[in-house]
Amino acid sequence: MKMTEIRWHGRGGQGAKTACLLLADVAFTAGKYVQGFPEYGPERMGAPITAYNRISDERCTIHSNIYTPEFVVVVDETLLEAVDVTKGLKEDGAIVINSSKSGDELRKHLNGYKGKVFTIDARTVSEKHLGKYFPNTPMLAAIVKVSGVLDEEQFVSDMEASFKHKFASKPQVIEGNMGCLKEALKEVKEV
Amino acid sequence: MSIRERISGNEAIATAMRQINPDVFAAFPITPSTEIPQYFAQYVADGKVDTEFVTVESEHSSMSACMGAEAAGCRAITATSSAGLAFMYEMLWVVSSSRLPVTLACVNRALTGPININNDHSDSMGCRDAGWIQIYAENNQEAYDNYLQAMRIGEHKDVRLPVMICQDGFITSHAVENILLEDDDAVKAFVGEYKPENYLLKHDNPLAVGPYDVCPYYMEHKMQQVEAMKNAKQVILDVAADFKATFGREYGFFEEYLMDDAEIALVLIGSTAGTAKACIDKMRAEGKKVGLIKVRVFRPFPGEELAKALENCQVVAVMDKVEGFTNEGGPLYNETAAACINLNKRPKMINVVYGLGGRDITTTDIEKIYNHLYMIKETGEVKEHYLHIGQRSNVKEVF
Amino acid sequence: MLKAANINEKTPWQEMHPGGEVYEGGTSALTKTGEWRSMRPVWNKDACKQCLLCAPFCPDSSIPVKDMVRDDFDYDHCKGCGICVTVCPFKAIDFVKEGE
Repeated sequence: MKMTEIRWHGRGGQGAKTACLLLADVAFTAGKYVQGFPEYGPERMGAPITAYNRISDERCTIHSNIYTPEFVVVVDETLLEAVDVTKGLKEDGAIVINSSKSGDELRKHLNGYKGKVFTIDARTVSEKHLGKYFPNTPMLAAIVKVSGVLDEEQFVSDMEASFKHKFASKPQVIEGNMGCLKEALKEVKEV
Repeated sequence: MSIRERISGNEAIATAMRQINPDVFAAFPITPSTEIPQYFAQYVADGKVDTEFVTVESEHSSMSACMGAEAAGCRAITATSSAGLAFMYEMLWVVSSSRLPVTLACVNRALTGPININNDHSDSMGCRDAGWIQIYAENNQEAYDNYLQAMRIGEHKDVRLPVMICQDGFITSHAVENILLEDDDAVKAFVGEYKPENYLLKHDNPLAVGPYDVCPYYMEHKMQQVEAMKNAKQVILDVAADFKATFGREYGFFEEYLMDDAEIALVLIGSTAGTAKACIDKMRAEGKKVGLIKVRVFRPFPGEELAKALENCQVVAVMDKVEGFTNEGGPLYNETAAACINLNKRPKMINVVYGLGGRDITTTDIEKIYNHLYMIKETGEVKEHYLHIGQRSNVKEVF
Repeated sequence: MLKAANINEKTPWQEMHPGGEVYEGGTSALTKTGEWRSMRPVWNKDACKQCLLCAPFCPDSSIPVKDMVRDDFDYDHCKGCGICVTVCPFKAIDFVKEGE
């Protein structure tokens, strides 16, 4: 059974859990079996939090945390100093970091990780399209692109349908989010 | 037609509650069950249910409110976890001995202290002898399905006992997974209306509930509870059979996973069963005859059936997600061992306490336990029967 | 279903009511609380002015009143608390040791 395991690092209140559940949502819509679950430490704003996804074509019954993920997503690059984000990360996998920094700069904090490193500057993308900093949508698009866990075209159309449903009363937000999504798919790059 | 969905265990329970539309929901929030009354409050605000939603000031009061409502002839429900369940403790006994079939959604969390919000079974195991039926779930699907069956079991005239529907806090309560939901009307038709024979608001039959029992009467009433708990076994199976005929998913007292030819087996409760299944699949592929029994119904305890299911195994580890401080193992172990004591040929048996306060347990841990059981099988010797897994230690531990 | 009067210390558990439910009203009359009494109020009919102050003060409804006239105590249920003795303005109720 081919199963993709993803670990998210963020800070409480920044939406890493929400992004993780969004990925579960959109993978579900694409017909997959999904798990999306947070790991709770202290429940407060700013505290580092971890969230996990398992995505596969069959039901996964395992109910433990993920220790050797294929992919890691870092929603807040200040966590690189505080958390061992590449712990257990498979070398044939990849890490996606929300950052505008260079690969060399970032690798200093990755404990010698030899796999691929991708960045997306979610702040610039989000502020351009939404006028505010919401890292969720760009990070979601970036991990979909990097992991290849979903068909890109279907992902775009499913997300559009989802935004139309979710923001039925605020149509201006739909366009902004779709802008974020498409730009992030294009802008995420290996460094 | 089942509806393909993806929701958390808490939302699954809240959905079942909305579909059933009970008369009274008495609620006080506590992590990790808080989302259940939170979702339900939204259903009330949106007019999706006409339930009387009572926001009380404590769990002692929520259970008291449920008792009053149920005695009046209503279908009453609540949800709680950990210290909240402990705070209900007194009322749990009053409700069960008054034979009032209240339904409680328990989202299992460690009982303080030290204070901890994560999963183990110390809360519901702490009230295992309170006269409640207890049914446990592996995942969101089972939590939902168990909830749909709860009221028909508890409210049955031969039973009349309250029911606790348990699931693992955070592990299943907060994990979004695929689930099959059933149509609202189909659920309503399956669960039916609560029609007690006697109730406080029945005009033509005055009724007094909860009298003082002097010594010459108390034990007789306890015998009736014993009888009701015995009757519950058949009712649980009957309701499960109807559930299968209606919705297609099968349930019993426990699930046997690859037990037919198993030499070595685990017995455990809850979400770890899924992790164990993945480990079994791997070990089976290597030719090892390992199996699992996941206990779904803990009260009434299916001792006879469990003993029969284990009698052909050679070595069994019973795993408790609660510490009993007995020096002899946790409650599931003690009761499983007691159930097997009169078998002519019985397996060697050990207890493994795991997962306290949310300590994670992985397929690798499960494999270590199976390997330990193989060692016992080979040497024929159980050196220690009361073990723990997952703790840091400065000496070499078994696991 | 048994009447409460027919449930007693010989009733087998199978015949008792679930949860001890009582399916009729006024069953407290079946319990002879008069047995608990150590002091006994004694009504002095001649001194009594029928003011009826004693009856509503009695916590055990043990002073029967009919057509605005009280009758002698219901000794099956009077627990001998003595409240009636205290409230009587005419000293028409004596209070004596049980058995004297």
